[in-house]
Amino acid sequence: MTMDTNERTSTELEQLATLNAMLARTSREEGGLIPALQTAQNLFGYVPHFALEHISTSLRIPMATVYGVVTFYHFFSMQPRGKYTIRICLGTACYVLGAQAVLDAFREQLDLEVGGTTPDQLFTLEAGRCFGACGLAPVIMVNDVIHQRVRPEAVAGLIQHYREAEQHEGELV
Amino acid sequence: MNIELNGKIYEVEPGQTILEAARSHGVYIPTLCYHAKTGGVGKCRVCVVEVEGMRGIVTACTVQVGEDMKIVTESPSLRKHRKMVVDLLLSAGHHDCLSCAQCGNCELQDVAYSLGLTHPSFPQPERKPEDLSSEFLVFDETKCIQCGRCIQGDNCTVINDTLGFAYRGADTKVSFDHDLPIGSSSCVQCGECVQLCPTGALTDKKARGLGRNWELEKVNTTCPYCGVGCQMTLHVDRKQNRIVRVTGREDAFNEGMLCVKGRYGYDFPSSPKRLTHPMIRKNGVLEQVSWEEALDYTATRIKEIVDRDGPDVFSAFGSGRITNENNYAIQKFTRAVIGTNNVDHCART
Amino acid sequence: MNIERIASISTLENIRDKARASSPENGKSEEQEAVLLCAGGGCIASGAYAFKEALQSALNSQGLADKVTIIETGCLGPCAQGPVCVIGRDKTYYQGLQPTDAEELVSSHLKGNQIVERLTWKGEGEKPVPVLADIEFFKRQTKIVLRNCGRIVPTSLQDYIAHDGYAGLAKALTSMTPEQVIDEVRISGLRGRGGAGFPTHIKWTFTRNSEDPQKYILCNADEGDPGAYMDRSVLEGDPHSIVEGMALGAYAIGSSKGYVYVRAEYPLAIERLQIAIDAARQAGLLGKRILDTDFCFDVEIRMGSGAFVCGEETALINSIEGKRGEPRPRPPFPAVKGLWQKPSCLNNVETFANIPAIIHRGGAWYAGMGTEKSKGTKVFALAGAINVSGLVEVPIGAKLREIIYDIGGGIKGGGVFKAAQMGGPSGGCIPAAHLDVGLDYETLQSLGAIMGSGGMIVMDEHSCMVDVARFFLEFTQDESCGKCVPCREGTKRMQAILTKICAGEASMEDLDLLEDLASTVKSTSLCGLGQTAPNPVLSTLMHFRDEYVEHITDRKCRAHVCPALVQFNINDNCTGCTLCARRCPVQAISGEKKEKHVIDQSLCIKCGACLLACKFEAVDKQ
Repeated sequence: MTMDTNERTSTELEQLATLNAMLARTSREEGGLIPALQTAQNLFGYVPHFALEHISTSLRIPMATVYGVVTFYHFFSMQPRGKYTIRICLGTACYVLGAQAVLDAFREQLDLEVGGTTPDQLFTLEAGRCFGACGLAPVIMVNDVIHQRVRPEAVAGLIQHYREAEQHEGELV
Repeated sequence: MNIELNGKIYEVEPGQTILEAARSHGVYIPTLCYHAKTGGVGKCRVCVVEVEGMRGIVTACTVQVGEDMKIVTESPSLRKHRKMVVDLLLSAGHHDCLSCAQCGNCELQDVAYSLGLTHPSFPQPERKPEDLSSEFLVFDETKCIQCGRCIQGDNCTVINDTLGFAYRGADTKVSFDHDLPIGSSSCVQCGECVQLCPTGALTDKKARGLGRNWELEKVNTTCPYCGVGCQMTLHVDRKQNRIVRVTGREDAFNEGMLCVKGRYGYDFPSSPKRLTHPMIRKNGVLEQVSWEEALDYTATRIKEIVDRDGPDVFSAFGSGRITNENNYAIQKFTRAVIGTNNVDHCART
Repeated sequence: MNIERIASISTLENIRDKARASSPENGKSEEQEAVLLCAGGGCIASGAYAFKEALQSALNSQGLADKVTIIETGCLGPCAQGPVCVIGRDKTYYQGLQPTDAEELVSSHLKGNQIVERLTWKGEGEKPVPVLADIEFFKRQTKIVLRNCGRIVPTSLQDYIAHDGYAGLAKALTSMTPEQVIDEVRISGLRGRGGAGFPTHIKWTFTRNSEDPQKYILCNADEGDPGAYMDRSVLEGDPHSIVEGMALGAYAIGSSKGYVYVRAEYPLAIERLQIAIDAARQAGLLGKRILDTDFCFDVEIRMGSGAFVCGEETALINSIEGKRGEPRPRPPFPAVKGLWQKPSCLNNVETFANIPAIIHRGGAWYAGMGTEKSKGTKVFALAGAINVSGLVEVPIGAKLREIIYDIGGGIKGGGVFKAAQMGGPSGGCIPAAHLDVGLDYETLQSLGAIMGSGGMIVMDEHSCMVDVARFFLEFTQDESCGKCVPCREGTKRMQAILTKICAGEASMEDLDLLEDLASTVKSTSLCGLGQTAPNPVLSTLMHFRDEYVEHITDRKCRAHVCPALVQFNINDNCTGCTLCARRCPVQAISGEKKEKHVIDQSLCIKCGACLLACKFEAVDKQ
């Protein structure tokens, strides 16, 4: 596949080079497709279409197969995500301790459905499966950070916290 | 080896699945995802049977026969489960048998009928538009039962790698490349998927509305396009004197496969542009002439030219659309009468 | 610290003896003190690192920095009390640690030998129980799988060796044939801890008997059951035990290559396991000619990508191969045709964690615990409406009552035990009537639940059993891979009927249809996910049928959980503060200031905002 280099930012080109380096070490025979997609997801924050095509060509795996895999696993997203991915655990322990109300509060206050991203690209809302922190239920994860014993009343504060952190960051820049 | 099937002893081949063994002896086990060409995948769960000594019930399409295996293919509980599974499939889509192109030739319809299902028990989902983007195929997602036969055929028989399953769970669907409309995908429209589809999900666009399956006469023939000589069946509407659709013959060497030309290029026999009588161009205009005149004219001209410039200025082209005997005569004439080896054929592949 | 290549048993023993002398458990030496700080996932989420920082600066400012070392260990168990720590020499256990507690802990305990009572465990009558060994929660446990969790530095090979780590592998490689290893596992009576309880030695024998030069040993660390996290704790707290367990398994079945399939939700587990694998490789405990024998073995981590079904062995195999995680029909079993069509043996984390101990201490020792048919111990993850949630390991056959009341400290807020949900989406509920049954594979199955991976969600009267069943069906429906019809379509329909029941819109015919569906999905599904998906429904129907009927015929949810069957009303406590009216998103509440308000039931969407807002307990949920 030929890449249209003119249309890519230097960051994207760097990311693509990293992906290429990874792909060069990967082979289809050893089940390299999923690790390749994981690399792309981590690099770009989602799996952009050009990365799908790139992986398909490099590993010589038909596009239909690549697409079948990327849509099967919930960790892959083909849409850009917000800076903060908020995952509400809906595991049993969290559910019986009121995780649904927490999710509803996020849905309402971010005006998002599960899987959606705010227009300012700050938050993506997701429902997660057990994070293995059942002793602290209900828990949510914002990117890699676990927040424990979240009550619906605390949701507004949490959102505010990340909004302010973002504003602060903006001011520093 | 021997197995016991519903209390009767049968001799079967080792390595056969229960389903294959039963079929070879004419014992009916309903199934939707099995096809001799794509094999047993254990997806539809309609072919469930009971095997003595095995836990629970098993799918006949995936379990191989064993010496003295005792198998039951019909019981009230098997029937109950089959009925529920087929009911779930009927409810998951819109199988409008009244208008469906596949009516009368549909495996889902047959199984539902044999189980006595009259209507879906569960609320049906919203309708989705058909994919009409390609020249020859129609894909109606709501009639798809995700048996995977089309995908298996596409990836393992014709090796086009266009089809695959996408998404998961109840959202699982057959997708062309990355869920593209067929017309924009890498599909070459060989129609293998249509041939394998057990329902009306994948159908031939050109045949729509031109005749029900049982009204059409089946005529077996050889594909006229190239030297491979694929075997196929023409589905002919005698009253209209028209070929309605073409299918590949699965019992022949091509195992049902055809290419896009063979399967869909069948308009020429009834083309109005087809020559039906000899013509000679006189003063720049084609005129209808008698066979005698045409043959005399041709013979005279060939003789003149060969006499003047030698036999090697002559060459003959046979055709895939005439018989072997015709082609034989052409080369014999060229070599023995004219005296040149300039013989060729459109199917010299 | 790097370990040089360990080429013989005597080198291993040398390292063990040296490491033992400086084991963190005993304090570094007479003058040295160690604080064992739990750095399990739970405690980290509760702020263990913030406390560590405060503790370190308190040590610095009070001049103890060179005397006291803070050691980060794996999970200690009582996750809800975190962050927790244990003082090395006197084994004092502290919990609920905040950065502000650091100064006091240092000045009182570490300097002045005065126990800080407010941070200790509280026994009966709120009496402080400072010493770990006296605490009911720990005292009643038998830790084999979790033997090193909370005691060693998870990533330290020396620490692991100090606690008899790799002794089992050394014993097997130098003095046992693979058949003898399998026989030891047979004697131990170990059954697969992933859920189904299939005897481990039979699986190993099958794979050993498959003739192929290439075989694989696979570790299932795709711990997907919501409510179970013992595998996570083992990987985070004692990753070497998995490396050693897999190496032993590989030796037994004749494999040279292993894969650990870890779910992506566990980044810390992946990180620590990778460190352990690298260290083992460097020390020659993985790789070519391990301990100078002919045995060669290496392990690779594969990360999951968010699909619960990949916990099913054949789906997991497909996923390692880079495919959609759809299960394969069996037979052929993985022992014959598994990963890349080669004989493969798959066990879960907890199973592998048992293996080094069994080989080191002997199968007979292990078989001395448990019941007649189920030997050894099982880890349970206690959560839900229970006072002490966390991980507990008990001999199989322990009574549910003991786990919930003696170890777990009873129901939160003094509530009444209603049911324990065991085995997650594949399991079922055990009602109060069976509190005194011993928990083993067969008993649980007869009650409609399963041992499963050991998740145990405790529920009190605030849980609606129909809603719980609906929750699990929503889960399996969402996680169904879609390959076979009964699971793909059947779970969807079951969920729809349960939703209808919860909404008070179902008829008794729907209940019949639900039972028919459950029977077909259970009998005809392709893999374990579908075959067990109806269990939450069947078991709640077995024990709580009256609640289903109540929802349908009386339109009543006795737990006040199902929104459609709940009514919010304002009682006479109302002071007319208007807060609820302002909070109501649909303006369903009206009333004059300082007068009792009313909820218009036709407008109310039962969101519960008024109940949350009210400061006078004036809103009733009925």
